[in-house]
Amino acid sequence: MNGLRDLYTQQFKTTFASMLQYRASLAIWMIGHVLEPLVYLIVWSTVSVSSGGSVGTYTTRDFAAYFLVMMLVNHVTYTWIMYEYEYRVREGGLSFALLRPAHPIHADIADNVSSKLITLPFMLLIAFVLALIFRPTIAFAPWAVAAFLPAVLLAFLLRFLIEWTLALTAFWTTRVGAVNQTYFVAMLFLSGQMAPLSLFPLPVRIAAAVLPFQWMVSFPVQLFLGQLTPIQAMEGIAAQILWVGIAFVLLRIVWRAGVRVYSAVGA
Amino acid sequence: MTDPVIHLRDLRKIYVVSERESGILAALQSLLHRETENIPAVDGISFDLRSGEVVGFLGPNGAGKTTTLKMLSGLLHPTGGGVSVLGHVPWKREKAFLRQITLVMGQRNQLVWDIPALDSFELNRAIYRIPAPDYRRMLSDLTELLELGPLLRKPVRNLSLGERMKCEIAAALLHRPQVVFLDEPTIGLDVTMQRRIRTFLAEYNRRYGATILLTSHYMADVEALCRRVIIIHRGKLLFDGDLSDLVQRFTAHKTIVVRLGDCLADLHAYGDVVSCDEGSFTLRVPKAQTAHVTERLLADLPVIDLLVEDPPIEEVIERVFEQGAE
Repeated sequence: MNGLRDLYTQQFKTTFASMLQYRASLAIWMIGHVLEPLVYLIVWSTVSVSSGGSVGTYTTRDFAAYFLVMMLVNHVTYTWIMYEYEYRVREGGLSFALLRPAHPIHADIADNVSSKLITLPFMLLIAFVLALIFRPTIAFAPWAVAAFLPAVLLAFLLRFLIEWTLALTAFWTTRVGAVNQTYFVAMLFLSGQMAPLSLFPLPVRIAAAVLPFQWMVSFPVQLFLGQLTPIQAMEGIAAQILWVGIAFVLLRIVWRAGVRVYSAVGA
Repeated sequence: MTDPVIHLRDLRKIYVVSERESGILAALQSLLHRETENIPAVDGISFDLRSGEVVGFLGPNGAGKTTTLKMLSGLLHPTGGGVSVLGHVPWKREKAFLRQITLVMGQRNQLVWDIPALDSFELNRAIYRIPAPDYRRMLSDLTELLELGPLLRKPVRNLSLGERMKCEIAAALLHRPQVVFLDEPTIGLDVTMQRRIRTFLAEYNRRYGATILLTSHYMADVEALCRRVIIIHRGKLLFDGDLSDLVQRFTAHKTIVVRLGDCLADLHAYGDVVSCDEGSFTLRVPKAQTAHVTERLLADLPVIDLLVEDPPIEEVIERVFEQGAE
């Protein structure tokens, strides 16, 4: 355990140093993470205003609250691993990773978390400024805010495990772009990134209920906004834990199969 | 006698490669039915390495050298045959095994591009769980031997190719591996840097008793480091033995360089005239006649200088490949 902590500490330092070399690209990523929800926010606000001040149960200021919190949750939980794996497999970076006496996922987790630590303060600042402009209504419930922390951590873990597993398709095909696109579309509609799930027609909501996407973004957002009862919150966290377990098992299976393919066809 | 550190028995690796004709029609056909071909990259190789040996692993491009090194280090799963390194089955990649080996690939980098090498070293320390005192000692040894001092604190992207290679090698050896696989560690480097890396590898072997298997296209590397060479061609073993035996066995000729001051004389009676440069003739004579021809040359001609040499090792290797291809 001590060794793992040392590994994480060193990986943090390495990523920190690397990231600071890439301040411009980091800023561009952040702009993307602000712009996307901002566009949805403006669109939905306009729709809401033109239909008399609300859509479904959401008022204009509810939309502001939803998308600002969503922006932060999305930022905390996103990964870029799916863009990286193809390159790793093709350029042989993975070979070095496989020859090290530590699972490569540790480096990726540490890498992700440390870059978030750099960007999160800026995102919070941006969210604060946007809050002054869009005046969101948030019904804070202390217990909900407290439950939000584990929920967002589980959301991160779930999204990380699933996207890391999907990234492994690079072992089988050099066309990972198609897989990524399909995933991103599903994410957009079923995780609550584009609109609150309750505004979608029933079939979409059913799909969202049986798939893991909503647990990665929508659930922590709704929890923070005080839209859930304590029972719903507990059920949600239980669902997250269940999905993390499933994703973990899936990752192990796919990883083993992928490495077998990698070591069969040439690394 | 102790068990060999590296042990290969009839090791084979067959790649299954899908192939198709060029063109759209062929591309569509390949969707339905894919033609595959089995390409034996390594085709039944056996050899053993004892602890502390430095062995040159030679062969032309595509001979199967890199594939063999990847099977030995655990990156590739063999199709058949047996392989063991330090008593481990490499492809299982057990942590205890990975901590004792290293693979340096001259054309690939493991150092993080944007930060100083020293930071990447620290990361390796954590990954390999090297105790702090061991790490400090090894770092100072490597810094001294490879003259890394001024390089360690510069971002890797600002280093020259040679400087980067030195750092790559240091990073790969921090955990003091007992078995070192090197795949063309001097590729693309200038002569001085090649020599420095050679000297270093010899010293690393001497100091830590490590077993080293290296491939290189530069014969100077092999001559300087390896008493024993293993030559493969098209996946098969052609030669395994002392470098000097290789020269003895595959060369029936010696080269005589005789300096006369001009190129006017006709020396065909003495042997094959390979060239004449600035008054120095190069002759090729059958090995058994070397002494006799030398004697005659000295008696018959106004010789300024005379030198008897084995043919360059490159030529010998080339001959081995040619024979292997037949």
